Amino acid sequence: MKDDKLIIGNKEFNSRFILGSGKYSLDLIEAAIKYAGAEMITVALRRANTKEQHNIIDYIPKNITLLPNTSGARNADEAIRIARLARALGCGDFIKIEIMRDTKFLLPDNYETIKATDVLANEGFIVMPYMYPDLNVARDLVNAGASSVMPLASPIGSNRGLSTKDFIKILIDEIDLPIIVDAGIGKPSEACEAMEMGASAIMANTALATAGDLTLMASAFNKAILAGREAYLSGLGRVLTRGASPSDPLTGFLRD
Amino acid sequence: MIVNGEEIKLNKPIKVSEYLEKNGYRKDAIVVEIDMKILPKEEYENTFLEDENKMEIVHFMGGG
Repeated sequence: MKDDKLIIGNKEFNSRFILGSGKYSLDLIEAAIKYAGAEMITVALRRANTKEQHNIIDYIPKNITLLPNTSGARNADEAIRIARLARALGCGDFIKIEIMRDTKFLLPDNYETIKATDVLANEGFIVMPYMYPDLNVARDLVNAGASSVMPLASPIGSNRGLSTKDFIKILIDEIDLPIIVDAGIGKPSEACEAMEMGASAIMANTALATAGDLTLMASAFNKAILAGREAYLSGLGRVLTRGASPSDPLTGFLRD
Repeated sequence: MIVNGEEIKLNKPIKVSEYLEKNGYRKDAIVVEIDMKILPKEEYENTFLEDENKMEIVHFMGGG
């Protein structure tokens, strides 16, 4: 397991848990990162208010990779604008593209996402697009220069779990980039299941932020993701479609 | 001029660096865009804001 690195763009990660930083207090960020064992954390870009002297970057340890997102963007042009602003803040080339036209379900606009990926990858960004799991779109994202593909499990913030499981599996089987399950994962067991079927990493925020104890849940997710990864690397045991197969040696002497 | 969507009155052109300081912005944590163009930090000192400018001052915050 020691050499089992997640490689995104030009960077290696030991952790396969990407943590979101929304919906909870800044004071909890450092602890959440620690218990999650995370090496990458997402942040959003918003208008600065002069009264806020505390900034999130003060709370994130320097060895943690920042993954700015383009949330709020409604089309490729807005996402590109946000990405450039984020990079100008001097925290690296990673960008998570999120483009939503729909405010009810917050579903990503795959078409605009491909356009933005193409432009930003050409500008040297390490592009991680959030997308609705569609194989053709994933292939277009690969061709556009994405560094990973981030299919949704369920609508953002819903904690409803792996409702797109079969389609994420298709991406895992067919796409050579890391497939990072993003959005909708509500429980450690769901994170584990996604990892077990070969996802490269899990991104979660709301599942932790709305949990009874954020740091305890961060720790639970960390373990679940590790467990799922080890199970995947091992390969699962076979399933019998009927009957049984004894797991104890048959006690033949009773019958002789 | 417009700063972060709000209209403000400039009596005379003012340096970006001076505006940011006066209004309590933290230069290390923000990025400035004037008329949709990002202004590099090293240009805060020699760029003047004028009444017709539209400026955005943004920073990172928590997000998923």
